[in-house]
This record gives sequence, structure tokens and C-alpha cells, in this order.
Amino acid sequence: MLLGWGPAGPEGGQAGLRVAITGLGVVSNAGIGLDAFWEGLCGPAPEPGPARPVTGFDPSMWFGPKDVRHIDRSAQLAVAAAEMALADAGPIEVDPERAGVIMGTGVGGLATLEVQVGVLLSRGAGRVSPFLVPMMIANRGAAAISMRLGWRGPCETTVTACAAGTQAIGNAARLVASGRCQVAIGGGAEAAITPIGMAGFTNMTALSVSGISRPFDRDRDGFVMGEGAGILVLEEWGHAVARGARIYAELAGAASTADAHHITAPSPGGIGAAACMELALADAGIAASAVGHINAHGTSTPLNDIAEAEAIAKVFGSPGPPVTSIKGITGHSLGAAGAIEALAAVLSIVRRSIPPTAGFVTPDPRIALDIVAGAPRACTPGPVISNSFGFGGHNGSLVVAPS
Amino acid sequence: MDETAAFEKFKECAVEVLQVRPDQVTREARFAEDLDADSLDLVELVMALEESFDVTVDETELEGVETIEQAFNLISAKL
Repeated sequence: MLLGWGPAGPEGGQAGLRVAITGLGVVSNAGIGLDAFWEGLCGPAPEPGPARPVTGFDPSMWFGPKDVRHIDRSAQLAVAAAEMALADAGPIEVDPERAGVIMGTGVGGLATLEVQVGVLLSRGAGRVSPFLVPMMIANRGAAAISMRLGWRGPCETTVTACAAGTQAIGNAARLVASGRCQVAIGGGAEAAITPIGMAGFTNMTALSVSGISRPFDRDRDGFVMGEGAGILVLEEWGHAVARGARIYAELAGAASTADAHHITAPSPGGIGAAACMELALADAGIAASAVGHINAHGTSTPLNDIAEAEAIAKVFGSPGPPVTSIKGITGHSLGAAGAIEALAAVLSIVRRSIPPTAGFVTPDPRIALDIVAGAPRACTPGPVISNSFGFGGHNGSLVVAPS
Repeated sequence: MDETAAFEKFKECAVEVLQVRPDQVTREARFAEDLDADSLDLVELVMALEESFDVTVDETELEGVETIEQAFNLISAKL
């Protein structure tokens, strides 16, 4: 991962400190915890429906009764995943001034806002909860994590719609690569399966009419709403080695670009996405031909999947490396998606297996990719690139490499 | 409503909003020290009390309210 670019671009840029991934935590509709999550990714697709909420999440495992009432579900998911990731990372002694938290989210506390707008309309302004603002702010998850841990380094939130989780991890990794932080939490959280959230996505015709998530399939007709949280513990390599930490993989590269084209539609030919992937590879210092597989954004919308396929073909050739999208199982968890998918990319390196693209049955003649489908595919560990693209034209890519 | 009944009703609100046990809600209990309630909790409690007792409490009346007794007196004076 680079810290500075040369005059002509990333080539000749200054290399940063290596970033180790030492802890993983996930609260997903595919499963809560790493084993359940992986089994869920490799299992059958859920029944069709417009949304796939996380089931079995008990906030009282993480919060006292007052915080259960006063912390929105989106931040609750974030804190739970962070606690799980830190437990997974093992005991970390870190200077709290050099420990940071960078989270991504699309909207923050939407459920809280929606309920309180109802209170405003039905009972008047005087009955709106004094906790509305601290519950709805998009940075609440990151703030809650830093307060819980006593970490006093940078604590920020990246709000770039569906690219947020990926870009947050990239931003967190850069803090470690620069030496500013010895340890940083990077991740994303989202809980927007609410009546207003569903209505908004439905009426913009982004959601699947059939209720089936089938990334890259010819018959794909939109995404299915998901929710959840994913967290990576990122640690300066020497710091991780010195404490004898288990290193899952290296966060080797990250990039962020903008389409500057349209608020919801990707740029023609996926040129913004292609530029992002190329920069992420340059950031990691690896050639496109070295990539083992691609964990695609693959939302199951007609426009995203064709643009992403064109971008992949541009960067990697056709058919290029194997491509998977876990959204066939998880649906689209918006600002959490990139974080959950980065976590899947790490696990696929560790487990030497690529989870299949659930729902993919009929190839789209316009998409000439090697889609992993039907069953997990065994692989030799190699660098994985994980993509996310968000409304607003935000593109994020991460490169995760075997340690 | 006699005072005992009023205090019981007050206590129910406090238990619900502050998520404390009924036996913690004594007249002497201090919001911050004994009930872990900050200023926002107090605002939320007063909203619940306004609804429950059908009274109105101005924000300025909350200044200096630090104990259950003070809050209860504020409400019961309006009944």
C-alpha cells in the first residue's frame, strides 16, 4: 500500500508500512460469526423476498437495557461486529492515541429517524425523542466503538452509499500504512430495512421484482435488501508479529475513484470502476494477471452487473480470473456490503475456496466472465480484489493478499 | 389522585424510561449518581411524565432538578 504517488502516478510512489489483517467480525444475514457466515455463503439461497434481515441478533448480548433503547440497530450491529473482531484478534496492547476507527455506512440510523418523524407528525414536536440526533447520526457506530474501546486516534465515518464499507477499510488501512495508527478498525454497518428505506429503493426500481438476488445472471432484475456489519482489525505488520498475532492476510492495496457521470447509473463501459481496480492493483504493486479471483460488487441490478463486467474485462481480459458475488446470498447490505465482502475475500484466502454466486443460473450473453456458481470452487491462495460501487458514482476496490 | 398513587405512577415511568429496577426509584435517588441518567435521559423522562400525568413542564423548570424527589414535586405541584 502506497503513501505517496510519484509525479507520474502511483509508479515510483512511496511504500507504506505493511498492513496485517488480524481480526474479523461479522453480523450478517448469511450468519453471525465467521463459521456460520461462511457456511451461509456456501449454502443454498434464501427464499425469494424483497429483504433479507439479520435473524438471531440479540443486542442484549452487547448492550445494557438503556443502550438497547438508545443506540440504533445500525450502530448496534457495528459494535457487535467490532467486539467479535477484537475477540478474534486476541489481546492487543496499543497506545490508545494510535488506535483508530474508520467505519462506513450509507445512511446511519434510518429506523430511528423514521420512527421519530412519525412521532412528530402524530404527537407534535415536543414529543420527539431527545435521543433522535445521537441515534440517527451516521457516525454513531464509529463513535460507539471508540468510546467502548477507549481508542482516541482518528475516529471517522465514510459515507459513500454502497461503496462505504470498502472505502472505510481502505481509509483505515492507510492510517496503519502511514504509521499514524498501530491498529485500526475498518468496516461498515447498515440497517436500512425499514418501511421508508424499502419504499425509496422500490420506487427507484432498484429492488428485484422477483425477490431473487442473481448477480450476473441474464434474468437479474434488481437487488434484494440486506443489512449487517463487517469489521476488519488492521494492524501494522511488525506490531502484529511482535505480539504473536495470527495474520489472516495482508491488506495490500486500496483505491477510490469517482465516475463524475450520473447519480445512480454507472459510467458507460464501467470506466470509473476499471480505473479504480487498476489503481488498487498499482497500490498493491501487483499485476492484473496475479489476481486469484474477484469478489465483485455484483448487485444483481441490470446496470451494475453489465458495467462491472465490462470494467473487469477491460482490466483483466476475457474471461479473466474467477468472479463471485456473495450478494446472491446476502442481498445488498449497502454501506456494510463492502466490509462483509472484504471479510469473505479474506476467508476465501484462508479457506482456499471461493464461495459461489448463489442465484446465478443462466449466463448473460453480454457478460463474458468466469462466474463461480453452483458450488464453492477450490483455489490456491492468491490476491483477491474486492469491489464496491455506490450511488453518487463512488468506486472502491481493495486488494487482499495471502500473508 | 393521592400522593402515594401518584408516586407509583411516577415510578413506573422512571423504570420504563431509565431502565432501572423499581426499588432504585426512591425519593432520595439522584439521577446522575444513583440512576445513571444524564440530561437527555431526564428530558425523555419528563416527556413520559407529561404524557402520563397530562401536564406540561417547561424546559427551564428542569434546572437544578437532581433527585427523584425534586422531579416528583415538580409534577405533583401541577396535579
